[in-house]
Amino acid sequence: MASQTIFEEHPEIAKLFPDLHPPLTRQAAVIESDRCLNCFDAPCTSACPTHIDVPRFIKKIASGNLQGSALSILDANVLAASCSRVCPVEVLCEGACVMHRYNKQPIEIARLQRHAMDTFHAKGGSLPMKSDIERPGKIACLGAGPASLAAAAELRQQGYQVTVFDKRPLPGGLNTYGVAEYKLPTSSSLREIQLIADLGVEFRFGIEIADEAALAELEREFDVIFLGVGLGAMQKLVVPGGDHPAVVDALKFIEEYKLGLKTKVVGDVVVVGAGNTAIDAACAAKRLGANSVRILYRRTEEHISAFDFEYEHARHEGVSFDWLTQPVAVHSFDDGLSSIECVAMEIGADGSVKQVTGSSFHIKCDLVIPAIGQSPLLEFLSKFRDLKMDKGCIVVDRATGQTTDPKYFAGGDCVNGGREVVDAVADGKRSGVAIAELLEGAHV
Amino acid sequence: MSSGIVKRPDTSVDFAGIKSPNPFWLASAPPTNCGEQIMRAFDAGWGGAVWKTIGAQVTNVSSRYSSIDWNGQRMMGLNNIELISDRPIEVNLREITEVKKRYPKHAVIASLMVESTREAWHTVVQQAEDAGADGLELNFGCPHGMSERGMGAAVGQVPEYAEMITAWVKERARTPVIVKLTPNISDIRVVARAAKHGGADALSAINTINSITGIDLDTFTPRPYVGGKSSHGGYCGPVVKPIALNMVQQVMSDPDAVLPMSGIGGIANWKDAVEFILLGSGTVQVCTAAMHYGYRIVEDMIDGLQNWMTEKKFNTIEDFRGLSLEKVTDWKHLDLNYKVVARIDESKCIGCDLCYTACWDGAHQCIHLDRVSGPVDGHVEVHRKPAEVEAMSRERITVTPIPKLDPPPEAGGPYVTPLARIPRVDETECVGCNLCSLVCPVEDCITMVEVNTGLPPQSWEQRTSSSPESVAEKS
Repeated sequence: MASQTIFEEHPEIAKLFPDLHPPLTRQAAVIESDRCLNCFDAPCTSACPTHIDVPRFIKKIASGNLQGSALSILDANVLAASCSRVCPVEVLCEGACVMHRYNKQPIEIARLQRHAMDTFHAKGGSLPMKSDIERPGKIACLGAGPASLAAAAELRQQGYQVTVFDKRPLPGGLNTYGVAEYKLPTSSSLREIQLIADLGVEFRFGIEIADEAALAELEREFDVIFLGVGLGAMQKLVVPGGDHPAVVDALKFIEEYKLGLKTKVVGDVVVVGAGNTAIDAACAAKRLGANSVRILYRRTEEHISAFDFEYEHARHEGVSFDWLTQPVAVHSFDDGLSSIECVAMEIGADGSVKQVTGSSFHIKCDLVIPAIGQSPLLEFLSKFRDLKMDKGCIVVDRATGQTTDPKYFAGGDCVNGGREVVDAVADGKRSGVAIAELLEGAHV
Repeated sequence: MSSGIVKRPDTSVDFAGIKSPNPFWLASAPPTNCGEQIMRAFDAGWGGAVWKTIGAQVTNVSSRYSSIDWNGQRMMGLNNIELISDRPIEVNLREITEVKKRYPKHAVIASLMVESTREAWHTVVQQAEDAGADGLELNFGCPHGMSERGMGAAVGQVPEYAEMITAWVKERARTPVIVKLTPNISDIRVVARAAKHGGADALSAINTINSITGIDLDTFTPRPYVGGKSSHGGYCGPVVKPIALNMVQQVMSDPDAVLPMSGIGGIANWKDAVEFILLGSGTVQVCTAAMHYGYRIVEDMIDGLQNWMTEKKFNTIEDFRGLSLEKVTDWKHLDLNYKVVARIDESKCIGCDLCYTACWDGAHQCIHLDRVSGPVDGHVEVHRKPAEVEAMSRERITVTPIPKLDPPPEAGGPYVTPLARIPRVDETECVGCNLCSLVCPVEDCITMVEVNTGLPPQSWEQRTSSSPESVAEKS
């Protein structure tokens, strides 16, 4: 990864964002591993989008085979270190644990997986090649996020030449730039990706496929192109005053503090929207020193898209919620923002929300963080003429990730509209396997 | 009872003439090394103590113990290479006197081991009894160190020596003589008979089992580590209980060997103790559990025992001692027409499917995951195999459920566990081996239910003696 920008952890940020779930010690990990019942055809494994063989890696921790444990995890999920930190395991592996029906706490699968991965990294482990011959096929992965990285690793491990393109200076996509630092520090994301680079995957940073000529050039150089481009920019807060510089979208806000460009927040903060990203931003604002942080949401608690545990976490961090509240304008004066003007909403019998007439009120604030979703990369994807799209998502064959243009495969947020890292990794891995099969067939 | 005070069952015992307030004795081992310890043990509730073996003073090594941990549980088995008491004999004797003076109602047994001469044994017997010991336990079992010097197991493994020394001791002893048996012998009854023939008043069993607990994979040296080398030791703790129970049963069922028995081996709670008593033991001796958790464990041993006795309406230990002996028989007398099959309680099943994998790989391939596809009874060929079941799960594409986007998962059946994960027993193929019920982590989820075969009871012995065609099966 010669062209990678050197990243250094900002000490102030590291101090403000310690691990939400601290690592297990070796002995604690063994005790926890011993609790695992070692289910047959384990529900945790089925619940994991990458189908990590959970009992297998856990029992390897119990037996003291940490190396084997890590490799068995990585065999299914090359971004297992970040997944162990960012996965919503309450609705995945740990949610599926049979211990719930046994009147016991589920096995702490995520922390055990992190233990295996941390040990692997600490010992300087490297990803294994799955082939001892170099194969002729060349693959381009567009976007250096989890989907592309998983596809790239699988293909490189099988002996293919892979190049990953990204317009940013660092690889990892949202793993590097967009996850709350107390869940996944940027440095941890980069450490994990370094192992993929060490396999011999080439990274080209600062590159955007700007026009059809660039695309044609790309198609000439590569046999197959994997699209792991994710979603586009966050949606703007389209209200009067919404373009004020003190209105900063959630992903930009998160990126700035993670890179150490913003280490302090002053005054009162309002976050608009109640998804998981809104919560990441709200908690960060609180930790960075905000006087108060409020999340505004136009519906009620039961409608939020954040996971239950994320919502609980935000409340625990001191974030307050204003339900049935819709911003209508952002007011400012010379030095900055003065308030956000809102109206109360009501939910009709048919479930629709509408403004309550004459309910306008002001919330004093110094920073507004809209977190109302990312838009699809419609304009960018329109360059790929033969790709069928549906509601802003690329249409693929689920088992292979192959698009309607057989030379193109796709996975991750640009296919599923925005899900979890582990979903992107699963997509990328499936595509990697399928692309290898395609190329193998082509070169026989 | 109108007074409101419930009379608790009597736990006192008279063991071959040795009286003790309860059957719980500390075995001859580090917990009985000195008078100060034994007095604290008596304060905690122990009924008796067998003093750490007295003999010619020895020098011990460092380190001395190693253990087996299993699945997170520490010290399932303990191994030691410690010798007999390393204190001067006169100190031990003086302390026996002191303990007896302060605790006259508790049993103090002197464990003895000296060189194999009549004079040496006569001397030590005299000394121990003069000190006030209530009884003597002859240590014919120590499997390490002392046996290299012609003592301990070196005596206990040769019936003639055991009988001879027992007889020497009996020439001089005025108190009951207990012979402690080694399990490191092909048939423990042989030495038990010899001891009885030599005049022993009682037996205790078992001593520790020869063992190497494990090897350090970095130094290649077994544990415990003593300056670059190790030596085999004696194994005890919860893991040895089944071996001890079997040996106690063997001795207690042998008319030529049976004597009052002090049961030893892996006893850690009142249930273990009851089991030894049900096989005929009059007292039980405890070591590892006290070394692990301290003398305080005896409180629940007594309390649990009394509560169990109350529940079972036993007033004294003698009321239930030996009740299980008649339930142990030779295999040839078991009823071949008795049949049980496994039943799975769907409402309790948590879907771990350990019974399924155990039955397929470790038993008779009669538990199936076919409740959704439809049950089919029959031989192994008609069923999906474990690898196929797993492969199908791996093929399935799974995504993270997003609260707003995805409908909640379907329950998948009338039970808490999805029907697809609740195994089914093919009772036509089930041999009633128990394995599934043993691996099931949920209490009472898998039960073994008797089914009527319609056949009268018939043992192997009866079958082979009554039916001519069975001769072929026998060969």
